Amino acid sequence: MARTLINVPKSAGAGEIVTIKTLISHPMETGFRPGADGRIRPRDIITEFTCLYDGETVFRAELFPATAANPYLTFTLRATRTGPLTFTWRGDNGFTQTETATLTVT
Amino acid sequence: MSPQTHQRPSRRGLLALGPGLAATVALRPVAAGAAIRTESTAEAIRRFAGTAEIQPGRIRLDLPPLVENGNAVTITVTVDSPMTPEDHVRRIAVFNDKNPQPNVITVSLGPASGRAAVTTRIRLADTQRITAIAETSDGRYWSTTADAIVTLAACLEG
Repeated sequence: MARTLINVPKSAGAGEIVTIKTLISHPMETGFRPGADGRIRPRDIITEFTCLYDGETVFRAELFPATAANPYLTFTLRATRTGPLTFTWRGDNGFTQTETATLTVT
Repeated sequence: MSPQTHQRPSRRGLLALGPGLAATVALRPVAAGAAIRTESTAEAIRRFAGTAEIQPGRIRLDLPPLVENGNAVTITVTVDSPMTPEDHVRRIAVFNDKNPQPNVITVSLGPASGRAAVTTRIRLADTQRITAIAETSDGRYWSTTADAIVTLAACLEG
């Protein structure tokens, strides 16, 4: 399991726009770099990130080798109701990781 | 080569070889980087936008003009949009000019986003121009560019 950092405000007013920050530790090996033995290291990157808010996809990102190691993404959401936020990262070599957080709307 | 240098290489022969060998070694990483680019930036933009007209405006791309380390460059893309169900940003894509691949990131948004603002960290292999394109819900495309000078390039070294 890769380490993740997710920053979601504890609570938000209805209709308020909240900022969500996510980071996952991942080497994001580009597939263009030679290793210590001089041979090109195979590509190993995260290709897709999705954020579900109460079961509905609200943000999706397609990543390429040009994304830096430990992909960091900041985006916004309009808080409408209290519900779970599901973050999923998918990548090469069958990489999948899902984390959840709760957005409480007051 | 003359017959006498065949057994023992002469000093003059070795000196003549020197610069050639050095040039071959120095050129290798550059050649490796240039050879693998399979799609041009213009082609990648067309794959994203189709045949639609791309106009300047409404989108802003923030990145440092002078980048010390190309391995992690923070970029922020914001689009001037009310983000309502009738008028919102559907997709934003970022492209580069000189990395081995033209795509940097593509994100999908919707009215639930509230604001069209995305921040991430990218790799830059060289001093180059970055292009950001946004698709709004009315099917129009908006673009902007920003230049970055990179002192330490990503990709070539570990």
